[in-house]
Amino acid sequence: MMWSELDTWIVITGALTAMACAVPGVFLLLNKQSMLGDAISHAVLPGLAIGFLVSGTRDTFPMLLGAALAGVFTGVVSGMIERRGRVEAGASLGVVFCSLFALGLILIRLAADHVDLDPGCVLYGSLELAVIDSARVPRIAWQSGGILVLNLILAGVFFKELQLAAFDPRFAKASGFPAGWLQQGLTVATALTTVVAFESVGSILVIAMLIVPGATAMLLSRSVGGVLLGSLAVALFSAVIGHLSAISIGPVFLSLLTGHGNLGSLSSAGMMAVCAGLIFFTILAMARLTQRFFSRVKEHAVSPQA
Amino acid sequence: MESFWRVLLLQDHNTRVVLGGACLFGAAAGLAGTFLLLRKRSLLGDTLGHATLPGITFAFLMADSFGFSPRSFLWLALGATISGVTGMGAVLMIRKLSHLKDDAALAIVLSVFFGAGIAMLSAIQQLPGGQAAGLERLIYGNPASMTASDAWFVLAASFLVAVICGCLLKEFTLLCFDEAYAMTVGWPVRPLDALLMGLVVLVTIVGLQTVGILLVVALLVIPPAAARFWSDDLRTVTLVASAIGGISAVVGVISSALLPGLPTGALIVLSAALLFGISFLLGKKRGLLMRYFVEREAARRLHREHVLRAIFECAEESDPVVSIDALLAKRPWKKNHLASEVSLLADEGLLTTDPSGSYVQLNGRGDSEARRLVRNHRLWEIYLLTHADVAPSRVDRDADLIEHVLDPRLVQELEDILDDKARERLVPSNPEKLQP
Repeated sequence: MMWSELDTWIVITGALTAMACAVPGVFLLLNKQSMLGDAISHAVLPGLAIGFLVSGTRDTFPMLLGAALAGVFTGVVSGMIERRGRVEAGASLGVVFCSLFALGLILIRLAADHVDLDPGCVLYGSLELAVIDSARVPRIAWQSGGILVLNLILAGVFFKELQLAAFDPRFAKASGFPAGWLQQGLTVATALTTVVAFESVGSILVIAMLIVPGATAMLLSRSVGGVLLGSLAVALFSAVIGHLSAISIGPVFLSLLTGHGNLGSLSSAGMMAVCAGLIFFTILAMARLTQRFFSRVKEHAVSPQA
Repeated sequence: MESFWRVLLLQDHNTRVVLGGACLFGAAAGLAGTFLLLRKRSLLGDTLGHATLPGITFAFLMADSFGFSPRSFLWLALGATISGVTGMGAVLMIRKLSHLKDDAALAIVLSVFFGAGIAMLSAIQQLPGGQAAGLERLIYGNPASMTASDAWFVLAASFLVAVICGCLLKEFTLLCFDEAYAMTVGWPVRPLDALLMGLVVLVTIVGLQTVGILLVVALLVIPPAAARFWSDDLRTVTLVASAIGGISAVVGVISSALLPGLPTGALIVLSAALLFGISFLLGKKRGLLMRYFVEREAARRLHREHVLRAIFECAEESDPVVSIDALLAKRPWKKNHLASEVSLLADEGLLTTDPSGSYVQLNGRGDSEARRLVRNHRLWEIYLLTHADVAPSRVDRDADLIEHVLDPRLVQELEDILDDKARERLVPSNPEKLQP
């Protein structure tokens, strides 16, 4: 295993991206909207493609604008179908994001003739290629760091409001609180984070970065602040372990299992998602076991007196 | 142009195979998706689709060791089935072992499984000979690569789905609408649920080749959601959903033959989205346009009944000739709104107005119509007061709302329920002759 400067940047970028995603992800989880994250990460695709087609370049700004609009569009239109058409919430979300995703695939295929853009790259991302940059600090690392700071500031400023909207939306609404705007804000923040992340991890693995760290932290902590901190820690941890296993034990393990020798390093983004998942399932099992242990201890302590 | 007719007239054997396979898949997905929609599990299809990727890539890597060709669809489908079912098991496990909500469980399994698939895909891309291209068709979907044996597989699977759904329609219906009741009367709810999910897995696997991993959920969700706008009857909904699924597959395949280079799976999904949009606007049962007409008609009928009742009640209190001003005092309605309804009623021949238009009087037919309405209304009031334990202060408002959805048969029942004394005191006698 060879460690180069590029590996360092892959880990740093991956960790920053994962942490940036974890922040809006926690609030999506609290709002019971995890699949909205899934929907947005699919639905920003046409927004990106239109951004490409209109501007003709891979500049960041048109992409961000298109993606933010596509994210808001998804939320608003699926809400409209749900209320006006009386379609169940999950299904109306499914209708909208599947259609937008299909449109995005077609637009990207059209845009690929004009701009250097690979559908595979958008879907699965390529952390390994994204960090190759002439600058001393790769552009992608700046972007991920920037969106992380932005998300942290937004979460800090609106912490109380986001909590209220998540835990008692009816009270929030009854007390004249602009819950709708807050929801739109969360959607936009998720969409922007998704776009920045798509270049490094791809539009589908973003969901792992959005939801898994928060869900893991929820197993451990009952306070929103604790969950937020925990999710940042899980995100950081899974990024580091993910890249390490992608270049070391991952290929070795897969070679042994399948009999294909000489496998090189695996997709870092993919392994980061796998590691986040492994952390989640480990903590789930441990939380369950300790819970059982303590309940048995309690039983034991009570039974002699009974 | 020539190619267009070649496609449309099914002149190539290959076109026939591809169109037939895609159409059957669309129909089967619409059918299975209807039950998924009714069980409010539409997004499970998304998780299922993505969760098949690690199985496919692992089967691809293991193909040599087991002596299969890495391009064999059935071998890859086996891997997809195993990992899809494992993914569903993981969703159930998270739901059971933690306090996390369903949506979180779905998102976790979807993304982690897909991540594992991507990691193995990156290994496949390193294998010599560029074999990874064979997997692209399962991710984005490429029905054109369908061979005759694949089409037979689709045919068999769709047939199985149709037969099972047909035979177990009653059981699945109860499962979707009242699971608790089905469990109480001792039906095998768990096995039925597992069978339904098994059908969804089967459809997903079949769909990999047509629309691909990423979009297979679309055909499980969009056609049933569109079909709901056309009917409230489950049988009709399943048929319409199958038809929409089949039609969108056919339209997608044909348009992709005409627009080479565009992904077929995406075109199929866009066709389905178009049909959804049409159904959303024009659907016969719940479409926006139809609901607008129905609501406007109901509002008009309500207004007409309010006017007739107001005239009858004014006449009951004093003179049969009622002034418009007295009517205006009855309800918070606008003068021209009232006047237009009065002239409509006059055209119908239910009342007569004086030449100045400020006094009205019900004539014979109008009187019996108004009497019937007031009678229904008051019967309902009494029923609510005496039988339904509704607080008296709420009765008038509720009566106003409910009277208009009252079934004539229910009115008959109420008459039987109420005792004669109350009827004599509060309710005008029936203007219509009772049938012997």
